[in-house]
Formats: sequence, C-alpha cells, structure tokens
Amino acid sequence: MALDKQQLEEMYRRMCRIRYFEEAVIEIHSSGELIGPAHPYIGEEAVAVGACAALEDTDRIAGNHRSHGHPIAKGGDVKGAMAEILGKTGGFCKGKGGSMHLADFSIGILGESGIVASSVPIATGAALASKLGKQGFVSLVFFGDGASNQGACHESMNMAALWDLPVIFMCENNGYAITTSYKNSVSVDHVSDRASAYGMPGVLVDGQDAIAVWEATNEAVRRARAGEGPTLIEAMTYRYEDHSLGLDRIIKSNYREESEVEEARTRDPLPIHRKAMISHGFATEAECDDIEAAVHIEIEEAVEFARNSPFPEPGDLFDDMWATPV
Amino acid sequence: MAIKTYVQAITEATVEEMERDPAVFTMGEDLRKSVYGATAGLVERFGEDRVIDTPLSENGFFGAALGASLCGMRPIVETVTSFLWVGMDQLISQGSKMRYMFGGQAELPVTFRIRMFYARGAAAHHSDRNYPTFMNTPGLKVICPSNAYDAKGLMKTAVRDNDVCMIFEDGIAISSRMEIPDNADLPGGELLVPFGVANTLQTGSDVTIVGVAGGVQHALDAAKVLAAEGISAEVIDPRTLVPLDTETILKSVAKTGRLVVVDPAHKSCSAASEIAAIVAQEGFWDLQAPIQVVASEQVNVPYSPALEPLIYPTPDKVLAAVRLVLD
Ligand SMILES: Cc1ncc(C[n+]2csc(CCOP(=O)(O)OP(=O)(O)O)c2C)c(N)n1
Ligand SMILES: [Mg+2]
Repeated sequence: MALDKQQLEEMYRRMCRIRYFEEAVIEIHSSGELIGPAHPYIGEEAVAVGACAALEDTDRIAGNHRSHGHPIAKGGDVKGAMAEILGKTGGFCKGKGGSMHLADFSIGILGESGIVASSVPIATGAALASKLGKQGFVSLVFFGDGASNQGACHESMNMAALWDLPVIFMCENNGYAITTSYKNSVSVDHVSDRASAYGMPGVLVDGQDAIAVWEATNEAVRRARAGEGPTLIEAMTYRYEDHSLGLDRIIKSNYREESEVEEARTRDPLPIHRKAMISHGFATEAECDDIEAAVHIEIEEAVEFARNSPFPEPGDLFDDMWATPV
Repeated sequence: MAIKTYVQAITEATVEEMERDPAVFTMGEDLRKSVYGATAGLVERFGEDRVIDTPLSENGFFGAALGASLCGMRPIVETVTSFLWVGMDQLISQGSKMRYMFGGQAELPVTFRIRMFYARGAAAHHSDRNYPTFMNTPGLKVICPSNAYDAKGLMKTAVRDNDVCMIFEDGIAISSRMEIPDNADLPGGELLVPFGVANTLQTGSDVTIVGVAGGVQHALDAAKVLAAEGISAEVIDPRTLVPLDTETILKSVAKTGRLVVVDPAHKSCSAASEIAAIVAQEGFWDLQAPIQVVASEQVNVPYSPALEPLIYPTPDKVLAAVRLVLD
C-alpha cells in the first residue's frame, strides 16, 4: 500500500494545523490569557501525523502532556481543542481538563495524561479490550524518551508482547526530558533497542519525515491487526520550543546548545513533507500554499470560537464527577 | 539577618546539610538545572555524585533513596506531590513500614522535598495537596512549612532525623519572603526547628484559627480583618502534622472556645478533619460552638480558571466560618 495524493495532502494539512495551532497557543499564552502550563509540539508534527495517517477512525490513541498535536493529527476539531485550552464549555472536556488533557472519545482519542508514562498502560488496556472483544481496532500511544524510563512503560510492553496485543508504542525521542538529555537517562543507545528484551520488533525511524513514520506505523498496524502483537517505534525528533510555556527559568538554562536547536530547525518536518509531495509530483507549490492559507483561517476561526465560548458556571463544578452521583 | 525567599531558605538548608555531612546527597529530576528553583548551584558546589539527575522513574529512585539510606547515606529527594503517586509502592510498602517490620533494625534517614503546586491552572494531574494521605500511613513524618524560616529550620531537622520525612512545599508560600537570622547570631550557630512544636503566630481570645501549609496565610489575612472589627483571633500553625502538637491547639481552644481549621487539602479525611476530631474528642467541654473546617471541595481540581478558584480555601471563606462559630 502507498499513500495517494489526497492522503499526502491531508497529512500536510494536519501538520500545518498543528504548527499554526501551537503558534496561536504561544501567542495567547504570552498575552496572559492562559495561566497554566502548555507544552508546544512544534518540530514534532511529522510523528503524530505520520502515525495517525496509518490509523482508522475507530482506532484508539492516547497521549501525554505534550499532546495538542496528537488529537489534531487524529482528526480532532481544532475549535474544541482551543476552547479546552482556554477552559471554556465549548472545549473537548468542557474546560475540566485543559492543555494536558485533550480527549475526544468520539474519534478514538482516549485522552492525555500529565503524569509521564501513565497513558501507556491505558493504551495497552484498550488493546486488550480490542483483542478480548474481537473489536478489531488498534491502539497507539505517544510517549517521550523520558517516559520510556517509567516502570509503567516496561510493564506494559511486557504484557503487550506476552499477550500479543494490538498496540503500538510510539516513542517520540526529542532528545530531552525537560533538561535531562536522553543520553543521560537511557542505558542503551536507543529506546527501540529495548524491544528485543520484550520479544517485539523495535523500529527506529526519522521522526521529521511524516512518510517514514507512516511507513513504520503502517507495518505495525498490519502486524497488530493480524494478531501478531505489539511494535515499539522510536521516532527521532526534536522539540523546537522550550519544554513548557511559562517556565522562563528553564528557557534560560543552558541544557542544550543553541547550535543544536538551529541544526534541528533545518530539518523542519513541514518543508520536508511539502518538498517530498512536490518533488514526487503529488502537489504543486500553489496547492501547498492554498492548504497553508486555508489552515491559517481555520486556526483564526478556532481562536475566535474559543474566545467566544462561555466559561463554565459555578454550578458546573461538580458535574461529571460520578456516573451515579453519591 | 537577611530577607530570603522560601526557595532560598530550602537551598540554604540543603547546602548547610551537605557541607556538614558527606553522607547527605540529593537526587531527583532536573536538579542540576534547578527546574524547581531550589537546587541552583548545588552541582557546581558538590559535584555530580552528590547531585544526581535521575531518569523519569519515581518508583525506582524513591526506592533507591530508601535503599541507600539503609546503608549509611542520607538522601534528599526532590519531587512534586502529583508524582508521589507513581512512587507509592516504595514510599508506603517500604518507606513507611520497613523499620517496624524489621523490628527496628532499619534506619531510613530520607528526606522527600515535595513541591505542592495548585491554584495555577494546571488541572487535576498537577494540583495535588496530598499530605493527609501520608498522615493516614503510619511511619512517615509529615511536614508542612508555611514560611521561609520554618522551611529552612524544619528541613535541617528532617535531614538529621532517622525516619522518612516528607516536606510539603506549598506553591502558594514558595515565593514568600521573610527575615532569616544569620547562623552567627543563633544559639548553637544554626537554625533548627523541632518537629511537633506548633507556632502560635498571633495570640487572641475570641477564636482559634489553625492553618495548615498555605492555609496559614489565609488564616492571618482573615485575622487582620477580624482585628479591625474588634475580634481577637489566635492563629496557630502546627508546622508538622506528624508529629502533631495537639497540646498547643487544645490549650488555645480551652481559652477561646471556638475553632476554625483552614486546610488546602480536600476536606474528606484531611489534616483539618483530623485536628477537628482530636479537639472534638479531647476538648469537647471547652467548645462553645461546633468546629468549622475550611478545606478544598471534594471534587477533582478543574482546569478552567472559572472553576478552579472556587474549590480552595480563601480568606473570605475563613471569615465566614469564623462568623459562624461566633454567632
Ligand atoms: C510522573 C511524572 N514525573 C515528572 C513529571 C514532570 N515532567 C513533565 S514533562 C517531563 C519530561 C517528559 O519528558 P519526555 O517523556 O521525554 O517528553 P517530552 O516532554 O520531551 O515530550 C517531566 C519530567 C511528570 N509530569 N510526571
Ligand atoms: Mg523527550
């Protein structure tokens, strides 16, 4: 199977959506309209988009704290995402969850966790449900290089391999967990090297190339649907922005060289995908420009929607605590 | 005498204890770059062996700290309230129980420094005020400094203590400043605040307000308003919840006959409900009105700025509670 023009364009559209969405969040945050932490995904767009391009709507994903991009890549509505980040009732979670907890169950987004690695067992359980209920869907979890060191991650991988679960472990290795280099926190060269210890394939892929991520994920999805079990994919990527908005102290600390950031910026996933489409004759410069222009408008509309969406009322405080109120 | 912030006070306590005792070392995530502010300059001063950046593995490094403490080291571990949940197995099944189960053979001189963020739009996963959970677990000392002076003095005491100590650093208090005496001006040459000794911040005769952690400031703010109305409030900060100085609280209630407890934790099984229960049991005949608890609503912390502020104690809620007990 190969990607066609429509799929490649849709991938570009979603990458642009994530990029411009994040740029809007940064602007809103710097204006003081947002007080809580928000973790920009800029630079890593090809991972989420490449991975989700290999999934069906019925497949499930779960994410982490750096998870504005994952639901958008899965096809989530940017209006609902932006309204959630502003804490409004029009948000995915009615303003209860916010930036680190965007979830839209209606399109298979099981939500994000602010506790590092805590979505990994959840996605594993989703895969268990798929297998037990013969539901046929695949589950994919995005997690970082830092998260790969949590016990929950190792335990999940063992269970998934043991039970041949249809789950894909998508490690986004952006080189750092806040200020800690993965070289100083992972005992082997690559997170994907660990796969052999669980008895599953470990695949190392260029996370700046959406098509390469799609290829790797597509094979993992095939395996999962065929009942052959999980795959660990490690996508090498880079976070262009600071760890989190609003943490000036971290921004100013010298945990990575400016030259390293500059070097990484030369491998921006958006131009890489755009060039690939054009050079292989799938799209013209003008078509790409049109996509970008349309997405800019979409994001402006999302911001407007979010700003106009009402805040929750005090009477909403206790809603949604219980299935059967106590 | 110099004015210091709460965070600076913690750094000072860490430096002094590491200088004093080579068995003291510190470990946690992103310490060397001081992401949470209190470990700045430590690696430059003490080197990488004594300032350890761990992988993201709370259960693993909490346990490693406990294991090291069994064999002569005195670790200071930095983390955040919400990340304690990840390390609960080591904290509870090992940290709180080993000494007792092994008939007193185990010494566990570990200090957990736990940043307690809330009220800043970080949603339910990053806003836990969970010290009552650890009061409910025998074997852990629970310390809640509400100001810079206590943060320094209690931390130094914790590092020297041979039990597992959990210091909850209230995010509302951490940027507060106060005068901290120079060591040269102190008897014994250093600042040590003992466990189990409450601090009476203000004496009064009409009502006792006990504040816990960030609740202390709300109690003081309310007391100021009350003073202007001619109501005299006694404000008490227990400083440590395990051990708890019940005597100071009971004596105060014997004098005022009225008690309000302010606690940023969720109200069910909170520090406030424990204090209220003790006073109801042991000070019942001194009470002239039912005890009032001002604690967080029993709901997960909502993200929206329109909802989050509704759940926590505020000076206004404290005032309303005081008016109730005076009615
Ligand atoms: C259990 C837990 N420990 C610590 C943190 C604080 N924290 C938030 S993000 C982060 C780094 C995560 O690194 P990684 O998994 O590589 O993801 P990235 O931020 O690089 O995308 C840390 C330490 C947390 N949220 N949860
Ligand atoms: Mg990372």
